[in-house]
Amino acid sequence: MDGSSCYDALILSRSRKPEFSGSVEEETATVQGNNPVCGDRVTLSLRATDGTIDAVRHQTRGCAICMASADLMAEAVTGRSVTDALELGRRFTDMLETPSSQNMVADEDVLPVGLQAFRPLRTHRSRLRCATLPWTALGEALTQ
Amino acid sequence: MNIADIRAQFPILSEKVHGKPLVFLDSAASAQKPDAVIDAMSQMMRSQYANIHRGLHWMSERATEAYEASRNRVASFLGGAREEIVFTRNSTEAINLVAYSYGSLLKPGQAVLISEMEHHANLVPWQMLRDRAGIELRVAPITDDGDLDLDAYGRLLSDGKVALVAITHMSNVLGTITPAERLVTMAHDAGAKILLDGSQAVVHRKVDVQKLGADFYTFTGHKLYGPTGIGVLWARGELLEAMPPFMGGGDMISSVTFEKSTWAPIPAKFEAGTPAIVEAVGLGTAIDWVESIGYEAIGAHEAALTEHALRVLPEVPGFSVVGKPKERGGVISFTMDDVHPHDIATLLDRNGIAVRAGHHCAEPLMHRLGLTATARASFGIYTTEEEIDTLAETLKRIRQFFV
Repeated sequence: MDGSSCYDALILSRSRKPEFSGSVEEETATVQGNNPVCGDRVTLSLRATDGTIDAVRHQTRGCAICMASADLMAEAVTGRSVTDALELGRRFTDMLETPSSQNMVADEDVLPVGLQAFRPLRTHRSRLRCATLPWTALGEALTQ
Repeated sequence: MNIADIRAQFPILSEKVHGKPLVFLDSAASAQKPDAVIDAMSQMMRSQYANIHRGLHWMSERATEAYEASRNRVASFLGGAREEIVFTRNSTEAINLVAYSYGSLLKPGQAVLISEMEHHANLVPWQMLRDRAGIELRVAPITDDGDLDLDAYGRLLSDGKVALVAITHMSNVLGTITPAERLVTMAHDAGAKILLDGSQAVVHRKVDVQKLGADFYTFTGHKLYGPTGIGVLWARGELLEAMPPFMGGGDMISSVTFEKSTWAPIPAKFEAGTPAIVEAVGLGTAIDWVESIGYEAIGAHEAALTEHALRVLPEVPGFSVVGKPKERGGVISFTMDDVHPHDIATLLDRNGIAVRAGHHCAEPLMHRLGLTATARASFGIYTTEEEIDTLAETLKRIRQFFV
């Protein structure tokens, strides 16, 4: 429908059927991210050993963007080092918050397709936080 | 009331959003402004502006006259005396003024009674007072339909400890119009004063503070087709006389030495510093404009819109209206199965339709309703039935898109 470009097919399908929901066994960190403006809430559960993220699961109460972002984030960071995951989060936020397309080439090199699905969201300023909330929570979980 | 004529007076309504005609259904957050208000404010800044109450020159005298004429206008609008009208920044500031000033006269053991459907503006200042002054904060429950539970309200008043009731005159989420006269009588019978938050109510109906019998009444200009930055506190003169100042500064004093200051008479005592002069004039003009259309016509138009909306919107698959109050104004909160309110709002926006989504600054109410967010369509003088039909049709497409 008109104006639905920010809802990539991947975002829609993951918001309907998340593949990484729940919590991990033997979690080493858990953290809750809240967006006080809309009431969205992401609870992350993860297990990291020797600086590598073994598993991430999320319980998300929120909009389609937030749900899909949490799910695609969990997929993207699983198996990565903590350093890599934090860098990925920074890139993802940059992609959304940088108004021009100056970093587009770099995005394509670095960001998995699942995260690039959120690119059209950058013209929806009021919705950026929906996509970045899971990453903010992840950053907290990895640095606590 | 000719809707086309009215719409023609709101320049913003001919704007396009994302290439679509603007359908503005967010008037409960802030209403659009008619030419009359825009022109009066711009005219004042172009030809008749200076600081007020200070200058001994022609411009200052004219500006003072215009500012004070607006106070008179608000007084006649609400049915109060001119010295009982205090200009504030908005309704939030008016409530804070009462919480700080009148609140400072309360003693531990006394209570303030609010309701479950308050906007944060009529909740947080009382929590802050509770924590500052050691008073009790009581909350009157609502029914599942979204009406105030009057039996419970009576019970909460019955021990005589409630010094002040602070309740909305119309809910910004549920559209509920509260039975204000009854609430006032019950509060007074229990020895309590009562503040009514009229931010939503004054937009939709004629308010007469004498008839209501209230002690404090607050509203804000920007929801009443006036500018932002100007709000009103009306309070009974004897209460204002007894209350200490809220903020100190220029214009609120009678005399100042380094040892002590004495206060100006009301209402100046509560208006420290240069006020929102142009905005006050804009508010006065907005009131003139609203009353030139008349509350009878406004009420009839909005009742027809609300009835129409409650007929066509529930035909959208998965649509639920939040609340079923006995008496409601032109505010409809809703949810749609399988689509989050924020996704609804985003797709409506991309089709030119402005609604609000979220907790509407009433988080505890959302919690009470078992929700985290709703979408809300709210109507104004300029809203048409066709716009509500557009909303319904677009909601159907949104639902199809997500399911």
